[in-house]
Amino acid sequence: MKMIKLTIDNQVIEVEKGTTVLEAARQAGIEIPTLCHDPRLESSLGGACRMCLVEVQGARTLSPSCTMPATEGMVVSTRSERVVQGRKVVLDLIWSRHPHDCLTCSAAGNCKLQDYSFEYGVKGSRFENPEEPEFPLDHSNKFYYYDRNKCILCGKCVRVCNELQQTHAIGMSERGFDTHVSPPFEDPLAQSKCVSCGNCVSVCPVGALVPRRTDRFRYWEVRKVRTTCSFCGVGCQMELLIKGDKIVEVAPYAGESNNNMLCVKGKFGYKFVNHEDRLKTPLIKRNGTFEEATWEEALDLVVDKLKKTKEEYGPDAVAGFSSARCTNEENYLFQKLLRAVVGTNNVDHCARLCHASTVAGLATTLGSGAMTNSNLEALKSDLILVSGSNTTESHPVIGAHIQQAKEKGAKLIVAEPREIELAKEADIFLQIKPGTNVAFFNGMMHVIIKEGLQDKEYIAARTENYEELEKIMEAYTPAKVAEICGINEDDLVKAARMYGEADRAAIYYSMGVTQHSTGTQGVMSVSNLALLCGNIGKEGAGVNPLRGQNNVQGACDMGALPGDYPGYQKVFDPKAQEKFEKAWGAKLSDKAGLTLTEVLNGLDDGSLKMLYVMGENPVVSDPDTKHVEEALRKADFIVVQDIFMSETAEFADVVLPAASFAEKDGTFTNTERRVQRVRKAIEPIGSSKPDWMILSDIMNRMGYEANYKNPGEIMDEIASVTPQYGGISFDRIEEEGLQWPCPTKDHPGTKVLHTESMSRGKGLFKPADYIESAETTDKDYPYIMTTGRILYHYHTRTMTKRVKGIDIMFPESYIEINPVTASRLELKDGDKVKVGSRRGEIVTTAKVTDKVDEDVVFMPFHFYENGANTLTQAALDPIAKIPELKVSAVRLEKA
Amino acid sequence: MSYKMHLLVCGGTGCHASDSDILLETLREEIKANGLENDVQALVTGCFGFCEKGPIVKVYPDNVFYIEVKPEDAKEIVAEHLVKGRRIERLLYEEPTLEVKLAEHKEMPFYKKQLRIALRNCGFIDPENINEYFANDGYQALGKAVTQMTPRDVIDSVKESGLRGRGGGGFPTGMKWDFATKYDADQKYVVCNADEGDPGAFMDRSILEGDPHSVLEAMAIAGYAIGASHGYIYIRAEYPLAIERLKIAIAQAKETGMLGEDIFGSGFNFDIELKLGAGAFVCGEETALIHSIEGKRGEPTTKPPFPAESGVWGKPTIVNNVETLANIPVIINRGSDWFAKIGTEKSKGTKVFALAGKINNVGLVEVPMGITLREIIYEIGGGIKNGKKFKAVQTGGPSGGCISDQFLDTPIDYDSLIQIGSMMGSGGMIVLDEDDCMVNIAKFYLEFTVEESCGKCTPCRVGNKRLLEILEKITEGKGTPEDLKMLEELGSAIKDTSLCGLGQTAPNPVLSTLKYFRHEYEAHVNEKKCPSGVCQNLLSYEIIPDKCVGCTACARVCPVNCIEGAPKKVHVIDQSKCIKCGACYEACKFDAIKKG
Repeated sequence: MKMIKLTIDNQVIEVEKGTTVLEAARQAGIEIPTLCHDPRLESSLGGACRMCLVEVQGARTLSPSCTMPATEGMVVSTRSERVVQGRKVVLDLIWSRHPHDCLTCSAAGNCKLQDYSFEYGVKGSRFENPEEPEFPLDHSNKFYYYDRNKCILCGKCVRVCNELQQTHAIGMSERGFDTHVSPPFEDPLAQSKCVSCGNCVSVCPVGALVPRRTDRFRYWEVRKVRTTCSFCGVGCQMELLIKGDKIVEVAPYAGESNNNMLCVKGKFGYKFVNHEDRLKTPLIKRNGTFEEATWEEALDLVVDKLKKTKEEYGPDAVAGFSSARCTNEENYLFQKLLRAVVGTNNVDHCARLCHASTVAGLATTLGSGAMTNSNLEALKSDLILVSGSNTTESHPVIGAHIQQAKEKGAKLIVAEPREIELAKEADIFLQIKPGTNVAFFNGMMHVIIKEGLQDKEYIAARTENYEELEKIMEAYTPAKVAEICGINEDDLVKAARMYGEADRAAIYYSMGVTQHSTGTQGVMSVSNLALLCGNIGKEGAGVNPLRGQNNVQGACDMGALPGDYPGYQKVFDPKAQEKFEKAWGAKLSDKAGLTLTEVLNGLDDGSLKMLYVMGENPVVSDPDTKHVEEALRKADFIVVQDIFMSETAEFADVVLPAASFAEKDGTFTNTERRVQRVRKAIEPIGSSKPDWMILSDIMNRMGYEANYKNPGEIMDEIASVTPQYGGISFDRIEEEGLQWPCPTKDHPGTKVLHTESMSRGKGLFKPADYIESAETTDKDYPYIMTTGRILYHYHTRTMTKRVKGIDIMFPESYIEINPVTASRLELKDGDKVKVGSRRGEIVTTAKVTDKVDEDVVFMPFHFYENGANTLTQAALDPIAKIPELKVSAVRLEKA
Repeated sequence: MSYKMHLLVCGGTGCHASDSDILLETLREEIKANGLENDVQALVTGCFGFCEKGPIVKVYPDNVFYIEVKPEDAKEIVAEHLVKGRRIERLLYEEPTLEVKLAEHKEMPFYKKQLRIALRNCGFIDPENINEYFANDGYQALGKAVTQMTPRDVIDSVKESGLRGRGGGGFPTGMKWDFATKYDADQKYVVCNADEGDPGAFMDRSILEGDPHSVLEAMAIAGYAIGASHGYIYIRAEYPLAIERLKIAIAQAKETGMLGEDIFGSGFNFDIELKLGAGAFVCGEETALIHSIEGKRGEPTTKPPFPAESGVWGKPTIVNNVETLANIPVIINRGSDWFAKIGTEKSKGTKVFALAGKINNVGLVEVPMGITLREIIYEIGGGIKNGKKFKAVQTGGPSGGCISDQFLDTPIDYDSLIQIGSMMGSGGMIVLDEDDCMVNIAKFYLEFTVEESCGKCTPCRVGNKRLLEILEKITEGKGTPEDLKMLEELGSAIKDTSLCGLGQTAPNPVLSTLKYFRHEYEAHVNEKKCPSGVCQNLLSYEIIPDKCVGCTACARVCPVNCIEGAPKKVHVIDQSKCIKCGACYEACKFDAIKKG
């Protein structure tokens, strides 16, 4: 990198070429005021507010330091009289059309205009025009409001919405003095494309874009606690603003995982924490109703039941569901409790429902079942292939980065059953039938091989079993694949060429690939394609399974899986068993435990007696609700540890109130394998306790010593037994999380996996033939129903239904139906529709949209009442035991 | 077919607006009616520049220049001039001082001091016929460039000619081209800035309407020089005639191989696309123009990066104004030495000015750099209308300033104009006489820039609006001496802090009038008077009893019936009702109404 020297305020500074004067000054500790600058935005498009003006020797006018590149020998003055005078006039002009209501403005204390006016001694304006009109507030959005009167037109909101978030909901309307921020056609914000991510609100330097508040506070009354978002797996960094014992606002933080962005859930979805529905005391079910109990009573009962069940039926009569929502430390303790204290490997969690096939598939082909690359690497890709992921809704911040990459020139291919947001922007959109992923990927590989676009050198050097791949792909001609997937043959060929010719091609996928009875084969097919073109082990490329929950990666890493100790060390491997027996001082079972779906079957057939559920809600999340409920009813004893009385907790004998993410310390591991800190911001609500404390308590009461002073100590223990986490400690991740593998204390963490060689040595091609979904349509059930997430809700809605704005917008389940199908069934948008499958029947609301094909319908899975999972089935992938949640045959009827 | 005679009918916008299209049709009908269709051809041509006297018809080879020709004159022109060979005296221009009729335009003072390079073909060839352009050295320069010169030769030649940008900035054209060669890219662009926006300026329009090929040829030469194969002409949609002629010209150039692939067999490819602008003044600023081409909001961005580094679609781009480009083929054909001999030391060649305002010969003139304002206004322009007294000349459009009589003999070029507080701009020249109020003029220009500000940066968006509000206060008689200080302080702060040229120059009309005509401002502020009697709120009309004969003429025209008085009795204006429209003042034949 070429360095240049310049002089700022008589100080000689050396910076990299391409640095702006503003950055150079800041590097030297010289502060320059800015209203419109944000380092994430394209600097050449800035320079609007004119607060950052500096005097550059030889320049005719003052220069904006935020856009001006530093050049060799430049002499800059940031505080000369001329500069100060210019800034004063700018502030004076802004003030001349800004309400003087700082006393009551909710942005007071968090307002740059206020700060700079103080700094520059601007007490008011000499240019006010009392005749200027007052504009009405736009209150239409459920999460924030817009006050045009206070807008200083810095343009950051517009640029963040367009450049970063890529939603394009707002722009500048009119020009000159009449310029203002507005959605197209001056529509209210609620009618625009706005996705309520609030990134505009977060960057507003004044009080023009303000979160809707239920709690009144002043910014000087709050303290800020940095933590990790508790919603999806992106792992956004954020700050909780706390007044007293309440979260009153959330601000994004510029972490490596999120680039200072959040989505609607992260920004505005915090209100569940202080919600009145939070569980505050332990509950014991007596005669069918829950009664409040002391911790003493509740824990005694749990321990008593654990001991008795173990004694009477053996340890394998107990099973536990750990939680992708809880911290690594808690997942570690949970599986340790079951393995070392109870003595069973019957521990699983909801990763079984999302990425079990990824863990199994990628571990087979590459040796590591995680995202190979990092969240923001999309920006370095030449091509992005998205399949089975509605990224902009399920992983909004990564979705936005994919869109940014597309805008910067990367090619985008989307292969999805629904015309999702990304599909609209894609170079090629292939609307594949649900369940045909293997055929689709095989078709891509067929064309690539036929046209010689595969990376032969890479294949020779870094892979094995290529011959078998070639042999099996032979049959997947574009014509055949087009027929199976219901797509255009030419589009497939074009897509294959585009992928084959790209230098850095990344594949992003999620449950559209994994949640099938052939999910593992789907994942391995993704891996095959990436290996074929040498896309593993390269920046901006890779296979990137997007993990759904905040800590689903961590829960897997921690061994909340029936066959795996922490770090994917196998329970049936004697060496591993020996290692953990030594570490934990207990005899361990060498028999792999039951998976989540098998546990339910075990309860159903009576072989399992007791179930301990920590922070999971299988009644809503698991397929075939009726079956789940029946199984739970049959259990002898159920313990549920949660923050709310979930649908599953209703089945419990004991309910233990847990603390939320805001009330405890710990770590989450996000989808890019980054272990990030979760920090206690407020005291636990009521008498709830952090899960790690509850688990320690139970272990101690079971006679197994667990004396952790804090979660940091648990992490130290994790590091001592988990090779990938070997170098991780709370000290090291204080400022920025580390990506595993991080085997030693001086290891910097790993951004890209498999760079030198695959974790397993060579990349293994594991070709598979396409097999139809377990259930296909017939004349009784003529439509394929697929399920998924929506932007506003999270998982089983325990948290998001308690966020008022979200609940108002999406209070109940619905089904997306193609207009042609709807017209055939005489259904209008908003009509009630009866949906039936071989498992059950529900009545929901029709949403008529051409997002879905004529023979496909879509339901979000978040809802219990009239929920999609009443209809889904537990047909399992034979390897990963993941149910085929994505394909169910249904019939539709006007209700 | 060869014709013995040609009638060239001006098809420029001014003449067009005065029915020159009907005139042309009528002439053709008459020619046919007289059976002359094989001998005489009536053609449309570009602007002659002498718009004051349009529509203009020129007869070749007789070289007779008819002015103010109406469709009904067609019959006489054919019957007398074409059939009988007799000139029609009444349609000839009369030299006002000598009172002689002049048939040839060369003899007219309006043309005598002009040197037409950029306008060389306007009023001479049919802009819709590429063959006429060919016949006048058309595309020879392009042929020479791509077959005999290297791109470096072309750039050096433009550099040596000393040509500077005619759009206002005056940046050396060759240097701009050279910058674009310093950046490697798979694609580069040549953009012609035809977003002519200054009030009163219409030279670019006239060139595009009268000689579109000169611009196309120049763009291709520029493309060859910098290594671009694609050009855009950004033209405002309000120029339908220019757009039409450009479309025809591009089509003809493609048909004849002057544009397209492998031009002159050299392997050089060049194509041109029209981009229509919606008429925002700020889109004349090159970065805003580029954003507009890309379909984005027409907002300027800070330079650097300059377009030569990152322009259209982020690729190296040069943006040249129409008039600048029109000079290029001549420079290539006749050599940079020839061109560099014209003009002053630092400003070479000629400049086209649009003469307007209180001047006798309104129109388009092309003069060598270094000519004085006096020569332009009094010799070419024929002096001030109605014998009034010269007060100032406004140059440079809304970004420029007002020049007072003390500088009438300054030789004008880019630098001297800046020195005297104005600028060349795109060449608008509006002459003001004693009846013009300088505060009001400043207000007029500021109203324009406030309306045209894009609103991106604070000083221009808010500052210029505030500046205008102060001017409004002053013209309404509510100004204070502090306001004058405020105008200066705010005006210079806006210049120093604005993002683009629009904001940085918008206060110029205010600051320059404040500098040279401060007494007028002071009269408004201190005495609450408008010395030129323009600012309505500061006016009062009074009937001088001694002079009033009671003719009732004033009372009859008063739209608000505020004048009372019986016939043959002295009339009185009710000041509380008077709206100061001035109708009474105009109506009074006895000078009995005093305006003050």
